[in-house]
Amino acid sequence: MAEKVTLVVFSGEMDKALAAFNIAIGAASMGMKVSMFFTFWGLNIIKRNEGPIKSRGLMRKMLNRMNRGGSHRLPLSKFHMLGLGKWMMGKLMQDAKFPSVDELIATAKEAGVKFIACTNTMGVMGVSKEAFIPEVDSFGGVAAYLAEAKESRVNLFV
Amino acid sequence: MKADATLDCIGLYCPMPIYNTAKKLKELKPGQVLEVLADDEGIKEDMPAWCRTTGNELLGIEEDKGEYKVYVRKAR
Repeated sequence: MAEKVTLVVFSGEMDKALAAFNIAIGAASMGMKVSMFFTFWGLNIIKRNEGPIKSRGLMRKMLNRMNRGGSHRLPLSKFHMLGLGKWMMGKLMQDAKFPSVDELIATAKEAGVKFIACTNTMGVMGVSKEAFIPEVDSFGGVAAYLAEAKESRVNLFV
Repeated sequence: MKADATLDCIGLYCPMPIYNTAKKLKELKPGQVLEVLADDEGIKEDMPAWCRTTGNELLGIEEDKGEYKVYVRKAR
């Protein structure tokens, strides 16, 4: 049986997303079964980029306006500088032919990495399934994560 | 070294060289040799580690002015 790797992706920044996808793709390339659990700010990485995201209630509407998410809107965890730092990092990555978050998502899926979105955070923040990209395989909670993590040799929190 | 196929990973960074190697090797028959061209120095550590984990055989790494030729034999 293939070895398992689980990643909890809690952070919603571009640099941390890159690190998480790099590890996931590397592990899948080494023949391991990889699951990525996206929770809290990490859900922003797998939200769709287009169109409005609906939510109910004033506070949730405000939160989702400020925390719109989507792979194109992720900030840098350091030197974001109102987007200038991110723009520069994007340039450097392009020059170095480093894949974008979108390309890494596509590669991860091609490599068979499973994406699981945390329903708990979705409930708190008031976002529904339609807020996410179709690459998400399933929607689950802590038990879904722990059942996988228990059988994993490598388990990371990003 | 003679190879049955060549994979060009020049200009690509981790994890793409090992990802592409894993993909390419699926097209080869057991016992065949794949030559991987790379210029990311990480390949010197990554390919041996990848081979150890996946059970494929690392035949050697040749270095020439910052470019690497890595030879992998697909497991039987």
